[in-house]
Amino acid sequence: MPQLDAKGRHTVAFTLNGRETTVEVETRTLLTDALRHGLGATGTHVGCEHGVCGACTVSIDGVPARACLTLAVGVEGCAVRTVEGLAPEPGRLGVLQAAFRRRHALQCGFCTAGILISLDAYLAFRPNPSRREITEVIGGHLCRCTGYAPIIEAALEAAAELRGDIPAPSSPEAAHA
Amino acid sequence: MKPAPFDYLRAASLDDALDALRQYGPEARLIAGGQSLMPMLNMRLTKPAVLIDVMRITALKEPRLDNGSLVIPAGVRQAILLDRPGLARDLPLLAAALPWVGHIQTRARGTLCGSVAHADPSAEIPLCLVALQGEIHLRSRRKVRRVAAEDFFTGMMVTDRADDEMIEAIAYPLRREGAGTAFAEVGRRHGDYAIVACAGVVDGSRMRLAVGGVADRPTARDFPHLDGSALDDALNAFAWDLGAGDDLHGTARYRRDLVRSLGRRVLEQAAKVARGDTHQEAVPCHS
Ligand SMILES: Cc1cc2nc3c(=O)[nH]c(=O)nc-3n(C[C@@H](O)[C@H](O)[C@H](O)COP(=O)(O)OP(=O)(O)OC[C@H]3O[C@@H](n4cnc5c(N)ncnc54)[C@H](O)[C@@H]3O)c2cc1C
Ligand code: FES
Ligand code: FES
Repeated sequence: MPQLDAKGRHTVAFTLNGRETTVEVETRTLLTDALRHGLGATGTHVGCEHGVCGACTVSIDGVPARACLTLAVGVEGCAVRTVEGLAPEPGRLGVLQAAFRRRHALQCGFCTAGILISLDAYLAFRPNPSRREITEVIGGHLCRCTGYAPIIEAALEAAAELRGDIPAPSSPEAAHA
Repeated sequence: MKPAPFDYLRAASLDDALDALRQYGPEARLIAGGQSLMPMLNMRLTKPAVLIDVMRITALKEPRLDNGSLVIPAGVRQAILLDRPGLARDLPLLAAALPWVGHIQTRARGTLCGSVAHADPSAEIPLCLVALQGEIHLRSRRKVRRVAAEDFFTGMMVTDRADDEMIEAIAYPLRREGAGTAFAEVGRRHGDYAIVACAGVVDGSRMRLAVGGVADRPTARDFPHLDGSALDDALNAFAWDLGAGDDLHGTARYRRDLVRSLGRRVLEQAAKVARGDTHQEAVPCHS
């Protein structure tokens, strides 16, 4: 049975946004810190460090999870997805991100990375969610700025666009209008 | 807000986990979904020398029907069980209660056995186990034993489990013909631990009410079939016997009031389900 000692540094291998990645950590290193300090992926935010705020939410093997309640050594071999993986290329927004921008679903943006990941993972297995279901997903996140209503609108709009029910905004101007 | 150092063992089999528990005993903690243990580690409320990760044990991933019960091994996450086809038919009480356990993001990781081991007096999963008179399957290198849920929870986050024992599985008796169940809870916000949670079971011979969030453990009482003021009196006596206390979420008086009102709603609903008047198990209640 693999045994990793408390004092040593250990290499963890996993895929981050589809790319094979390794990071050196202590056994006690949280996934949040491995991502932010170990790999420089600072899109994942840290709020409360005890699971209640949702800012640190990442997707692990396709399901949303609190990175602050996950040991980095625990994701050995897993597929981790963070907000950095949402945009199709640098300088362009993903569908959810663009809908958030259009609908003013963020103000300070501190909560946004976690919420985007929860929604991204949820829409992948439930492409046609009800407003109530979206509200429940958002219930796992704290946002002190928006009052949540625009977040829910953005999520429903992005879901419709991803299903092809409404056309994608055709130009960057439309996407940013 | 960072854990103190610990050695980390990734158990590949049940034997691995049990060997490590025998070797390290009280120095070791199992880690399952981490949704209760990691906050405690982060806040350094606990500083185990060794963590034993049980989530890679493939043999503990599959719930199974056995002898009239649904047996749920240690590796089963809450979200996986909630998605199980037929759960609402086989175990309507658990199907009604599970959506109240934290959030989608915590149920994706947290296990049912971890919640039972953690033994929070407000937790829904232990409450349903007590309501349905389920069992905890414990295993160590010394012995294998089964403990009735009502004997397992012995106090606030304290259980009958010995340091070298692992909860291998928990077993919920399936819905029986002619019985009805119902669940209701009041919390500050959806996803918070309950201030009071009630699970009711009604069958031909009795009404059974289990209450979480009031006593130091989930607690059940059986009543004969009662209604009207006789039911009020019985629930009032139960509410006082639970020994409610004040805390920052609510006063003792508020909790007793919730036991009386939610308790009544849950038992009435369970009786309706038992009679076949309704299939709805979750009592509408706004928190
Ligand atoms: C934001 C948030 C909200 C929550 N809300 C609720 C709620 O409303 N209701 C609720 O009930 N819970 C709630 N929880 C806790 C719940 O999510 C946990 O999943 C559950 O309490 C523990 O399960 P786990 O698998 O995560 O266990 P872990 O955290 O891994 O372990 C918990 C304890 O159990 C022990 N343990 C775990 N598995 C075993 C085993 N097989 N045998 C022996 N010991 C074992 C561990 O050593 C540890 O002491 C919440 C958690 C968070 C972060
Ligand atoms: S930082 Fe992880 S939930 Fe708040
Ligand atoms: S946008 Fe500021 S916390 Fe959500």
